Amino acid sequence: MTTPVRIAQISCGPEYSGVQQEINEAAKAVNGEIFFPDIALKDIIRDFDAFGLDVRSPDLKLAIARAKALVDGRVDADAVFIATCFRCAEAAIVRNELRHYIHDHSKLPVVSYSFTERTTAGTLLTRMEALTTIARRRALLARETQQGLTLGVDSGSSTTKAVVMKDNTIIGTGWQPTTEVLKSAEDVIGDALKEAGITRDEVEAVGTTGYGRFLVGKKINADLIQEELTVNSKGAVYLADHQHGPATVIDIGGMDNKAITVQDGIPGTFTMGGICAGASGRFLEMTAKRLGVDITELGPLAMKGFAGHVPMNSYCIVFGTQSLVNALAAGSSREDVAAAACHSVAEQVFEQQLQEVDIREPVIMVGGTSLIEGLVYAMGELLQTKIMVPRYSQYIGAVGSALLASGFIRDD
Amino acid sequence: MAKVFIYPTTSLILSDLVARYGHTPLSSAIAIRERVQTAGLESVPLQITPEEPKKGLKWAAVEVPSGVRGRMALYGPMIESCEAAIIINDADLAFGCMGCARTNELIKFLIRQKEVPKIDLNYPKNEEDGVKFVAAIKRFLKGLEGAK
Repeated sequence: MTTPVRIAQISCGPEYSGVQQEINEAAKAVNGEIFFPDIALKDIIRDFDAFGLDVRSPDLKLAIARAKALVDGRVDADAVFIATCFRCAEAAIVRNELRHYIHDHSKLPVVSYSFTERTTAGTLLTRMEALTTIARRRALLARETQQGLTLGVDSGSSTTKAVVMKDNTIIGTGWQPTTEVLKSAEDVIGDALKEAGITRDEVEAVGTTGYGRFLVGKKINADLIQEELTVNSKGAVYLADHQHGPATVIDIGGMDNKAITVQDGIPGTFTMGGICAGASGRFLEMTAKRLGVDITELGPLAMKGFAGHVPMNSYCIVFGTQSLVNALAAGSSREDVAAAACHSVAEQVFEQQLQEVDIREPVIMVGGTSLIEGLVYAMGELLQTKIMVPRYSQYIGAVGSALLASGFIRDD
Repeated sequence: MAKVFIYPTTSLILSDLVARYGHTPLSSAIAIRERVQTAGLESVPLQITPEEPKKGLKWAAVEVPSGVRGRMALYGPMIESCEAAIIINDADLAFGCMGCARTNELIKFLIRQKEVPKIDLNYPKNEEDGVKFVAAIKRFLKGLEGAK
């Protein structure tokens, strides 16, 4: 058993919300250990005053003092978990500022989260896994080229993807909607191997990621089973050929969204999920269906329309669909409705999630939705930057897994 | 003998004073230690489960942060059953404190709304004020029915 990753918890409210046990369990599941930085009572006010953010809650003052102790090196930690109550404005300000502060003044990986009493260990698991991976596996994440013959599988909530890579080149791909997790994985692996013209026995190492990573990884005896935050970060900078310096990776998925600030291919701060279906790829699927076009046609259609002609701005997939139906009934063109749907999703992600990370250029969009031209355009407009969409961006998790898996090839 | 709610509820000094004059302190009696090694300043001595924030809905609506509602599940019943109350404003952390400012606002408001004898004092800044402060609390407690 390796030494647990020591995760410093900086928080306000988890105990009285009844979720401290869930946080502990999520950390423990990925061999992490939550601890609360030891602070002298007399130092709290001194450090809080020095920080200069005048909040009233004593536990937020304690959080500020703890962040300062970590940055000043008075407390040792491998990673930081910042958590405060959802819907508390004062805590949200502190959470964001501490995340910035620790990120700017230390090398500690940080994840921040706002919880309710419904938060479970399962919800936190991927975030904790990413946090411990960044702390523990820096050497693995430093890999920049793929070597040998490897297979990567991304068992996502909407689609399952597989990629076969050989000596830094993608030679086979497979993609299909996720139905039965294992069967979908077997099918895409078969497709990728067939396209690559190789057999399963020739593969030297395998990596899995995505929601079904544990199930699929166990079944196919994967060498690497890894959450999608670190895998997608590596895959994105690899495919975009931007492995050095800062970057931001955005992945608008079928069930949740990921926004990751990356430095030299390693995630610094990240946010995942947390908002409603009106801001997911699922809403765009529904829009395409209602407009009677294939999802692959939605992007080009949106590019011909003008989003400003149709009012659409909802976190909720039901209300978003209602706006869509109303617009069509009022005589709006399909092009304008498609553009409005793309703008609406981009706007929700921008307002709800991208404020949680520090946007650093280049911005790289990945995942299946990055192929929807109208969505990429809308995001570029909101961020006032040109968005990069690398080739094979829809296979991002599978590529990242195949790349990282090559670190597990044994020299015989 | 009266049931006296004290704010901050973690003040051992207030709790002790209330008991000395023959009353029952309604408090959480958690010591604020010189070194904080727990999640919060007044970490709960008992395991709070996600059920407590739901019980707290009686005092605060669902749009109120879960930490406030979890605390209210503990302190709401105390406020309802109290027959007198002591509020100390802007106390030093070591005197006793409660981690969440929003809960503090709600608790103080609920006590001020309740028609029971109460004393509302500012925390003393010097020795002279400190003597007056303790004397005022003593007078208040002695004046309650059933005082020793």
